[in-house]
Amino acid sequence: MSADIKVDKVMDLKGMPCPMPVVKVSKGIKEIEVGQVIEAHTTDPGALADFPAWARMSGNEILKTDQDGDVIKFYIKRKA
Amino acid sequence: MKEGKEKNLEKQGAGPENRLVLICFSGDLDKALAAFVIATGAAAMGMDVVMFFTFWGTPLLRDKKKKVGGKDLMGKMFGAMLPKGVSKVKLSQMNMGGMGTAMMKSLMKKKNVASLEDMLALAAEMGVRIFICEMSMDLMGFKREEMIDYPDMIFCGVAKMLEEAQNSKIQFFI
Repeated sequence: MSADIKVDKVMDLKGMPCPMPVVKVSKGIKEIEVGQVIEAHTTDPGALADFPAWARMSGNEILKTDQDGDVIKFYIKRKA
Repeated sequence: MKEGKEKNLEKQGAGPENRLVLICFSGDLDKALAAFVIATGAAAMGMDVVMFFTFWGTPLLRDKKKKVGGKDLMGKMFGAMLPKGVSKVKLSQMNMGGMGTAMMKSLMKKKNVASLEDMLALAAEMGVRIFICEMSMDLMGFKREEMIDYPDMIFCGVAKMLEEAQNSKIQFFI
């Protein structure tokens, strides 16, 4: 579904509860360049609200959100 | 640690809307966990975070491996009766003589919830700043040498905490 998005880094955050998905992704985004994209996989249902809030506050952009069973996939572009 | 410190100095230039002050008054496992989840979460959002440990929160920062002598009787009593670090604290409810706390810890492990030890290390790595209330230290007879090694930990009073609180839009008392 995301053939149009070029992913530079994939992060497996499955099984991690709050606050680790956001903590890990905030570290991960520093490891890519501005303009690059992280694909983050999480099983934390709270992430559906948390990731957009984190992106707004940290000044990054969620390009797309996919849900595949229990796994939620976020495509996050580093902007800041 | 160095990376954390640099990040932390960079964050200290943040405006009030990007700063959080947590007053960690409680020495209960559950409340301390809430404090650390909020602190590390805020650091992940790019915020400058200060945790001010006071009263029952102070023993959370004792190092279980460190031993100090030269305390008076009251100091020795408090030292023996209060938890020695984050690994020794109990639940505020359902402790049931330690059984409840042990069950909660094993449940946390099963559900991958980070322990307080992990949270403390994570906070250090993310540049969360820790202030310790000097008055609580003195009251409970704690010595600086028995506290944990944490980057740039500050021993201070209410004024230092209030200065930070005045410059932060969010303050929580836990």
